[in-house]
Amino acid sequence: MPDLAIIVPSVLNGITTGALYALVALGLTLIYGVLHIINFAHGALLMLGLYAVYYLKARFGIDPYVALLIVPPGMFALGYAVQRGIIGRASHGRDENILLVTLGLAIVIENLSLFFFRSDTRIVDTPYSFETVEILGAFLPLPKLVAFVGAIVTAALLWLIMARTDLGRAIRAVAKEKKGTALVGIDTDHVYATSYGLGIACLGVAACLLLPSYYVNPQVGHGFVLIAFTIVVLGGMGSFVGALIGGFVIGVVEAMGGLFLGESLGQIGIFAIFILVLIFRPTGLLGHKV
Amino acid sequence: MLEVAGISKNFGGVQAARDVGFTVPQGVIASLIGPNGAGKTTLFAMITGFHRPDRGTVRFCGEDITGLSPEAIARRGMVRTFQLVQPFAGQTVRDNIAVGAHLHIASRADALAYAGAVARKVGLGDRLDIDAAALTVAGRKRLEVARALATRPKLILLDEVMAGLNPSEIEAVIPIIRAIRDEGVTVLLIEHVMQAVMSLSEHTWVLNQGEIIAEGTASKVVADPRVIEAYLGKGMAERMRAREAANA
Amino acid sequence: MRSLLLLLAVFIAIAAVPVLIVSEFWLDVVIMTLYAALLGQAWNILGGYGGQFSFGHAAYFGTGAYTVAVLQVQFGVNPWIGLVAGGLTAGAVAAFIGFSTFRYGLRGSYFALVTLAFAEVLRILSNSVDFTGAGVGILIPLERSLANLQFASKTSYFWLIWTMTLAAFLVVWWIGNSRFGARLMAVRDNEEAARALGVDAFRVKMGSIVLSGIFSGLAGVFYAQYLLYLDPSIAYGPAVSIESLLVPIIGGMGTLFGPLLGAAAIHAVSEFTSEVTGDAPGISLAVYGALLVVMVTFMPRGLAGLVTRLGAWRRARPLVAERRHA
Repeated sequence: MPDLAIIVPSVLNGITTGALYALVALGLTLIYGVLHIINFAHGALLMLGLYAVYYLKARFGIDPYVALLIVPPGMFALGYAVQRGIIGRASHGRDENILLVTLGLAIVIENLSLFFFRSDTRIVDTPYSFETVEILGAFLPLPKLVAFVGAIVTAALLWLIMARTDLGRAIRAVAKEKKGTALVGIDTDHVYATSYGLGIACLGVAACLLLPSYYVNPQVGHGFVLIAFTIVVLGGMGSFVGALIGGFVIGVVEAMGGLFLGESLGQIGIFAIFILVLIFRPTGLLGHKV
Repeated sequence: MLEVAGISKNFGGVQAARDVGFTVPQGVIASLIGPNGAGKTTLFAMITGFHRPDRGTVRFCGEDITGLSPEAIARRGMVRTFQLVQPFAGQTVRDNIAVGAHLHIASRADALAYAGAVARKVGLGDRLDIDAAALTVAGRKRLEVARALATRPKLILLDEVMAGLNPSEIEAVIPIIRAIRDEGVTVLLIEHVMQAVMSLSEHTWVLNQGEIIAEGTASKVVADPRVIEAYLGKGMAERMRAREAANA
Repeated sequence: MRSLLLLLAVFIAIAAVPVLIVSEFWLDVVIMTLYAALLGQAWNILGGYGGQFSFGHAAYFGTGAYTVAVLQVQFGVNPWIGLVAGGLTAGAVAAFIGFSTFRYGLRGSYFALVTLAFAEVLRILSNSVDFTGAGVGILIPLERSLANLQFASKTSYFWLIWTMTLAAFLVVWWIGNSRFGARLMAVRDNEEAARALGVDAFRVKMGSIVLSGIFSGLAGVFYAQYLLYLDPSIAYGPAVSIESLLVPIIGGMGTLFGPLLGAAAIHAVSEFTSEVTGDAPGISLAVYGALLVVMVTFMPRGLAGLVTRLGAWRRARPLVAERRHA
């Protein structure tokens, strides 16, 4: 039994990693809550976001945190176009079809990235990449703490958008009753595409906050997809608070699993949670809401 | 044949059934009527195993079948149709009916042949090879009946098989239902079309807000003031009687 | 009956390939096409006929492959026995996954995600335990002989995969012409209505996932014996799961010949793209992904649907011509 001096830092590390997962999951849960689609292309789009942040830094010297002003809007536009141009046309009334189409998109994006960016793993070099902050005897990387705060701010912003703006009201209305809102003159295709764009913009935020303490290669999204799904399922599909808490839980589970079972087997805890929750409580432990 | 006793069901605070009990004897055409939202379809769902009642029992042919699965109940000889028709879209009419026929027929060829025979009974004989999704509403309703009939049930529960049909289509369905009974299958209808209930049903129960409020022959229950009120609102029976008295 | 005769005719025609083709390269293409058709047909039993979209067929493929490999390498069991064992263990894994998902009514996207997660769990496990060789992988010692299910000539491998694939296609023909299949398709098209007609949906789905798992496991056995090397991401990684569903989706889900058309199509495409782009990394996979998007969006019935429509159009044409003359 490892003592507290190892467990506490491990838990704290897990929470900050969990914040990064939560950032990725926020977009996924928004997209699920509104469009009722499971976006398999999420990891691949995150990877694109990471490359955008990487190249902004490598080519133009733009700091990843400054890129927050550029990448999320760009990702929003991309998401809007993808939903309107491709995903929205493919469902034929079966949600599995959307799953297949987003899977297809993920394959395309990943392999085109492999072609254009090659398989090398890249990192950005910032002055603060290796800064650490001491909390409760644990040395936590500064970028992860920034990401932790960023995740909470992003969740709060999303909540504000959904609760307090006309756009949010329209999105909630469409999420609840598609036909009815179409009848009262809301452009549902536009609302869908906007929601998808918002979800992908979250990935843009995640990419900016993630890269200083992480890396990018064409496969980087893989690891995140199933973890983000697990978080969304755990937190209740469509719930922002659920995504935050779910992210922290998964981060800690992963850290603990790694501590007790070793790096590779430790991941099993996540999938075990995923399978059990989906089988026994598909509405999530925290219930369902948009 | 079918004995329902003390059935109650609560859906998130809404009482869908309250102490409902009735008995359908063998060989009759009986019916369950009542205003929209009275709980008729829910009652069918509970009798055929799609929902489990909170309280009460369902007995079929002397056996307690409460809580059995729909497929187990269908195997015992009680089969329902759906008010919102549910064809196996993309499959032909013949294939659709054969699914029912397979309940007792293992051979594919025999089941397909039997499906053809059943289709002719309900007047779908000329549409055997078209896609079930291409049928008209009237055709789909017949398909529902045919599929259920192909399982060779002892009791068939028909949920609004005439809703959405025009008067001449209804005229055409009535003898089909009568023929089903004449072949020895007991029939329980949920029906809104009173013309059909009047001409077919030998015994009628009236369900309102999850409770049985009247029973008897169709002509008797429609004259019952509680039934009139249930359909038309409180005080209506009084006013109608007053108007009749004034006219006399 | 006509479809059975057509099926046999097609497989007899394929059997002529090793007689006509002497090029090792092309024989290999045909072998891999049959192998893809087997993988796809296995998926088709559950996904196409049963309507349950699995994203984790690698779970069965990998189990079959590891079974034959581990039995040989660790326990010295003859691979012919391993072949049977591989099919059975894969079937057992399928039964376990099917039971834990169908019992709780998991459908649609949820089912897809859970199957994916099961495959991932198996990948992590096979990466962590010793008897599979963990991350290093497992190498089946080269010892070519019939008794050892390893062949010096590609022709013999051809006959092995030809037989396995034919078996899968015969089972699917049976599904299309039997009570089991009628019930399976009824559950696919409307589970509630099927149950009302006395169909035990759970049992039917279990039957289809086990059959599907067995054939996927056999494909895994073939893969292990043909290439003689396995590691966790080959066996349980997403590539096999994706190939399994891509083949019938392109060829036509829920049709007998769909997986064969799909397998031929993706091999034609991959030969073409590697010809044009000179094996640039990622391009052929990107094309697969694009095909998946295009097929689901514009041709949900796949190539088989296109063939049927063309057939109907050709039959309808004389009528049109007559009308024009009248």
